[in-house]
Amino acid sequence: MTTAIAFRQVSRHYGTVRAVDAVDLEIAEGEFFAMLGPSGSGKTTCLRLIAGFERPTAGEVEIFDKPSGAVPPYRRPVNTVFQDYALFPHLNVRDNVAYGLMIAGVARAERHRAAEEALSMVALPGYAARKPAALSGGQRQRVALARALVNKPKVLLLDEPLGALDLKLREQMQVELKSLQRQLGITFVFVTHDQSEALSMADRVAVFNEGQIQQIGCPQDIYDRPNTPFVADFVGSSNVLPPEMVERLTGKRASASLRPEALRLQADGYAAQVIEKAFLGAVTRLTLDIDGQKLAMLLPKGEEVPEKAATVHIGWDEDALHLMEQRDA
Amino acid sequence: MHSDRASLGLKIAAAAGLLFMHLPILLIFVYAFTTEDKSYQWPPPGYTLKWFSVTWERPDVWEALSLSLRVAAISTVVALVLGTLCAAAVSRTRFFGREAISLLVILPIALPGIITGISLRSAFNLADIPFSFWTIVLGHATFCVVVVYNNAVARFRRTSGSLVEASMDLGANMFQTFRHVILPNIATALLAGGMLAFALSFDEVIVTTFTAGQQQTLPIWMLEELVRPRQRPVTNVVAMVVVLVTFLPILGAYYLTRGTEMVAGQGK
Repeated sequence: MTTAIAFRQVSRHYGTVRAVDAVDLEIAEGEFFAMLGPSGSGKTTCLRLIAGFERPTAGEVEIFDKPSGAVPPYRRPVNTVFQDYALFPHLNVRDNVAYGLMIAGVARAERHRAAEEALSMVALPGYAARKPAALSGGQRQRVALARALVNKPKVLLLDEPLGALDLKLREQMQVELKSLQRQLGITFVFVTHDQSEALSMADRVAVFNEGQIQQIGCPQDIYDRPNTPFVADFVGSSNVLPPEMVERLTGKRASASLRPEALRLQADGYAAQVIEKAFLGAVTRLTLDIDGQKLAMLLPKGEEVPEKAATVHIGWDEDALHLMEQRDA
Repeated sequence: MHSDRASLGLKIAAAAGLLFMHLPILLIFVYAFTTEDKSYQWPPPGYTLKWFSVTWERPDVWEALSLSLRVAAISTVVALVLGTLCAAAVSRTRFFGREAISLLVILPIALPGIITGISLRSAFNLADIPFSFWTIVLGHATFCVVVVYNNAVARFRRTSGSLVEASMDLGANMFQTFRHVILPNIATALLAGGMLAFALSFDEVIVTTFTAGQQQTLPIWMLEELVRPRQRPVTNVVAMVVVLVTFLPILGAYYLTRGTEMVAGQGK
């Protein structure tokens, strides 16, 4: 398996701020890779390091096993879909999409044909003559995608590309992006702060916090077996149990994650008090107090919802409690 | 409630205001056709077109006009280059003292022309630079740069910075990015700024008085003509030409920048 992108102890510091701090990372060719994290966690800086807009303070970013060092953005086999799309306002859609080919010296007729092809690939045929200002957010997003893909990059970088779209459109684009990636076989590196987006689309996910990668793994692993309390909390808002409590429950001293949906009402279980309840549609979220520790619990529709301040008994499957290595929470 | 029709009082006020501003200019135009050439007599005793041919044959008019046009053209070019570079630096990068530089660039236009004139004159004297065509250009460039800078900086602010990154991401080097992305996005602003700079330079008197040697730009020539009258209406004919030469670029700049708010920096 070829490695498309590799980070070797890459750091990017701004003064005393460690935007990216000693990151090691390998992304395989053809992979749909998500960089997930809260804003300011370093994920976008990592993307910009790949694109070449930023240079590492230390370490090396390798693109297809070649050190990228001083290679300027315009000589890298990667293209970017920008968060604000960055469509050229003075060019119409066709010329926007054909821009990379125009720079590469492709003849007018040929690049216009390629642009039309790319536009129909993103389901936007017939818009070629319009200016970006005359498009909706979702359409601009597709143009940005076509403009990057028309150059047949080896790696496509996507910086929160769905962030500005409404929920419905976002879900639709998630499906389309995923099938586009399968169809083209291009490596996608996708930056997002939305954990459900990362989990649903990516082959593998890297969870970032404060410039460091907390965990890399397939979505299932990240969700079921978070390495650190941060990952447990950020991905799926898991309950993080403190070591003292885990020691009482299991005899081992470590933090543990316990998914809210793994909790169930159980007559012979632990006694807990309902502090709050919120109806979320398909489920009801209860906030419970168990020996001074707050726990979130998701109650599926159909189960009887206890009153506030009532005492309930809860339990969980033994393997639902996932012990974590102790790292900075 | 808004009424579609202005009240009578408002109409009269507007008309009076416009007359106050433009009647004197119309008078200048009228006197270009008068048959009386010693004093400005109202009403003109008769009308003639002969002053146009007289003006046409006066070499001093042509010299002054040509000098003014050359000075304005070169000052505008200098202003376009310096103003654009300055605007790009101030709006694209953050550095210590950025706001101060921004203020210092704008200052010459706020400063009375006489101050600029005096300071340039003493600077030229100190540096032993003889007064010439180029000292006039330098004097004019001080305020022309401001006009271009102001226009360019406003456009740069409205142009999303990621456009440059997008262009480079798509394979364009610095030069290609400038040519295909930056220039088209700031072109109308530069044109507008350049035309304004040209117009400002063309009718400048005060700074020119201090930085010109024996040479006469058109406005200076006109001033001299008024002091010692000789075929007075010639001055009026030239004044008409100046009004037209100044008015056309400004009108052009107005049309070029109208409705370009959407051109750059449309975001999401």
